[in-house]
Amino acid sequence: MTVQSAFRAALLDADRDVPSGLTDGAGRPAGRRFAVYRNNVAVSLREALETGFPVVAKLLGPENFHMVAGVHLRAAPPRSPLMMQFGADFPAFLDSFPPLARLPYLGDVARIELALRRAYNAADAAPVDPARLSRLGEDRLHTARLSLAPAVSVICSPWPIFAIWARNRRPGSPKPIPGAQDVVILRPAFDPEPHLLPPGGGAFVAALLTGAPLARSIDAAGNGFDLSAALSLLLAQGAITDIQP
Amino acid sequence: MFDLTAPDRLPAAPGVGFKAQHFAEITRDAGPVRWLEIHAENYMGDGGRPLAQLRHLAERFPISVHGVGLSIGGEGRLDPDHLARLRKLCDWLQPASFSEHLAWSTHDSHFLNDLLPLPYTQATLTRVADHIDAVQEALGRPMLLENPSSYLAFAESTLSETEFLAEVARRTGCGLLLDVNNVFVSATNLGYAPRDYIDAFPLERVGEIHLGGHDDDHDDHGAPLLIDSHGREVADPVWALLEYTLARSGPRPLLVEWDTDVPAWPVLAEEARRAEEALCRATLPA
Repeated sequence: MTVQSAFRAALLDADRDVPSGLTDGAGRPAGRRFAVYRNNVAVSLREALETGFPVVAKLLGPENFHMVAGVHLRAAPPRSPLMMQFGADFPAFLDSFPPLARLPYLGDVARIELALRRAYNAADAAPVDPARLSRLGEDRLHTARLSLAPAVSVICSPWPIFAIWARNRRPGSPKPIPGAQDVVILRPAFDPEPHLLPPGGGAFVAALLTGAPLARSIDAAGNGFDLSAALSLLLAQGAITDIQP
Repeated sequence: MFDLTAPDRLPAAPGVGFKAQHFAEITRDAGPVRWLEIHAENYMGDGGRPLAQLRHLAERFPISVHGVGLSIGGEGRLDPDHLARLRKLCDWLQPASFSEHLAWSTHDSHFLNDLLPLPYTQATLTRVADHIDAVQEALGRPMLLENPSSYLAFAESTLSETEFLAEVARRTGCGLLLDVNNVFVSATNLGYAPRDYIDAFPLERVGEIHLGGHDDDHDDHGAPLLIDSHGREVADPVWALLEYTLARSGPRPLLVEWDTDVPAWPVLAEEARRAEEALCRATLPA
């Protein structure tokens, strides 16, 4: 094993012995000096998860979050020096970690938080003039394709994830009630926010994101979909960046 | 080859590590602060507020790009994707300086988010020099290499840290970033005199000096163990070591780092003011 292989293995596993050949200034074994590096790695990665997933951290409470984050960062250490990307696997981990089976919505709440951070760093894009949409006639509207800003993403969940997120981030938000919720992440200027979509809205935005024409995206949303509410939201938040008739 | 006197370098004046929460105050009145340092990895997204703020700042201040994730001391080859990201950032920003650490942080493509130590041997010297050649070739500019904070030593080391850094600089033509807080932390932790380290350091290669705060702990034997936390004011013995250094090096670009428990702007500006005083004293004839 090379120096750095041994060092890395012992950093991530506190049950392992401190690697040999490490000393203090007088040549004595390094002992707890090695724990400084262990602590730096574990705490900095845990804090990166805590910064990226504040609602998940709040829902779990500090003690549980430390345990869950500790298991995750050892099972899936970052693969990139970009800490803004660390945590991409965290929602799927929360879905599958057996001790969290009683909190089945946690993974989707984490998906909102992951999407918010991605949106924060996404490329800038100028929105279209909303009048361009109204200038399209009824017939051309349905074959038109709408381009959405790179910051836009959608999360569809069988759980009331928007209400859970809002309850923990916006004081005075109503108590969540059971039911599916679709959330779209929009970033009008620099501050991304999640928005609740009308029923079917998740499938609608997801279809637009694949480049489907408007008519096909409306079909994807299903019966009773409130198209004007969804389009108003996207236009008002500057999410539509181009319209191809 | 690193050239301290090139006109587009950082000024021999105070700078601070830029934090987004200080943006409004810095753009209104930066006080004694004449230049800013950013952590490269925080500006590698595609857009949004970080890049918009940086664009604005770069029109007003010289910028130093400080990498924390390249793993120059790593056993494996440098991550070509990360090198390409650094090149993209430097090509766009045209910063006054690019610096990185004598440390490793990635192994087998796992990034450990800490600056980890390496033994000082001929083998690691060759590897670090090769990596610095690769960085300077990719970026098309000389870089500065920073001395680390150490909590332990390697029994296999055959060179002192100052010998190691001097030889890397000689082989590659890179400059050095002298972190006097790191010198104080390492010297205390490993039981040598910080001034001896400064005396042995190739000060003519120093393109930037760092200052930062540290925390106090102790090892298994009750000996002091200082932790390089960047989470508080610069300690008094570090200011004294800075004066000792500046008296020998002359004025240099001087950065105050404060990365955790980031204070309100006036607190950081006050640290920069102290740095400015130290620089003024260094320019006065003895």
